Amino acid sequence: MKIGQQFREGIITNNPILVQRIGMCATMAITTTLFNGLGMGISVLIILTCCNVVVSAMRKAIPNDIRLAIFVVVIAGFVTIVDLLIQAFVPALSASLGVFIPLIVVNCIIIGRAEAFCQYEPVGASFFDGIFQGMGYTLVLFTMCVVREFLGKGAFGGGLLDISTGALKLTFDGTGGGIQLFPAEYGASLLTRPFGGFLTLGCLLAFMQHMMNKSDEKKARKALAARVEVKEGAE
Amino acid sequence: MFTSLLSISLGAILINNFIFAQFLGICPFLGVSSKMDTAFGMGIAVTFVMGLSSAICWVINEYILMNLGLAYMQTLAFILVIAVLVQLVEMFLKKSVPSLYTALGIYLPLITTNCAVLGVVLLNVQEDYNFIESVVYGITGGLGFLVAIALFASVRDRLQFADYPKAFEGFAISLVSAGLLALAFMGFSGMQIW
Repeated sequence: MKIGQQFREGIITNNPILVQRIGMCATMAITTTLFNGLGMGISVLIILTCCNVVVSAMRKAIPNDIRLAIFVVVIAGFVTIVDLLIQAFVPALSASLGVFIPLIVVNCIIIGRAEAFCQYEPVGASFFDGIFQGMGYTLVLFTMCVVREFLGKGAFGGGLLDISTGALKLTFDGTGGGIQLFPAEYGASLLTRPFGGFLTLGCLLAFMQHMMNKSDEKKARKALAARVEVKEGAE
Repeated sequence: MFTSLLSISLGAILINNFIFAQFLGICPFLGVSSKMDTAFGMGIAVTFVMGLSSAICWVINEYILMNLGLAYMQTLAFILVIAVLVQLVEMFLKKSVPSLYTALGIYLPLITTNCAVLGVVLLNVQEDYNFIESVVYGITGGLGFLVAIALFASVRDRLQFADYPKAFEGFAISLVSAGLLALAFMGFSGMQIW
């Protein structure tokens, strides 16, 4: 499989959330600030890539009957490593994501890729699959964070960007207030609550479906036009 | 003692409902809620697994992991315990309630990867609950899941006759209506018990 095609699959045509529709719990729960969203996305990207490589490297040695148990052990190992690293180096992220970091173990995206892709494909392809699927996931998280934060609080980049000192600065301790685009009290604060998670993801899925329907229609119309042309030519 | 258990129960069922406030267990919630009786069966199965795994994981955590200083192995140990438990429940249902077994289909083994189950176990550790509190939190958390999935199944029944834009077909409209239920559950969020 070509890398370009894998890239397109991960980001759009086979996006883990918008098309495969798996791993949605964390997506709705933690997308309240950009700090949380990017932290979660990058953690999943790293874990997914590592698991993909390991599962793919062991694919000939794994007995078929107990493959799921083996996948879960591999995933749990990497999740523990990343969890401990985050606790040590970015404690603010560990505090704000809380139980959702260890819960990456049961995130269907990772076990889904192991089951659907890595147990058949070579290491190189699995490595890129992990990176691109992880990027697709991060992109969706990013979009949801931006929408919810902007409409809910009128801010952008909460926890990650800090302009309180006058200059734009990146912070990783979760204290940055973000860039305030309009006063927070004018925002629909409901969007930062659980309801907002469901609503935003629902609308995002509907948007995606709308675009897919449109491109399908376009293709159908093109195919029809081509057929008509061929007929006319024959006559 | 009694009041603390009551506040844990009400918290798990209404105020911090696993689905509507904590986003744990969304996959089976959306996947198995198209029919009322399967939804009910799934809720019962999840409640059972949550209660049992809370109990067993508490014992393992307290007497094995903590004693040996292996707290960092928690995630790994818990997920293995849950996987074994789900396998047992599956074997039991296959033998004694085959109709429910076929109705639940792929979602039965997937209880293993239901984040509500691993979530409740991890939250027990995080909140430092004792044995009885853990079991009560597990069971009532499961009941909260049951309430949510049963309510949602009846909402989805009505959705078949609803008129909505074509783009929202399928998952999207389910998510939006689940959001409206979450909005209703937000009414409980101000509740304070002792």
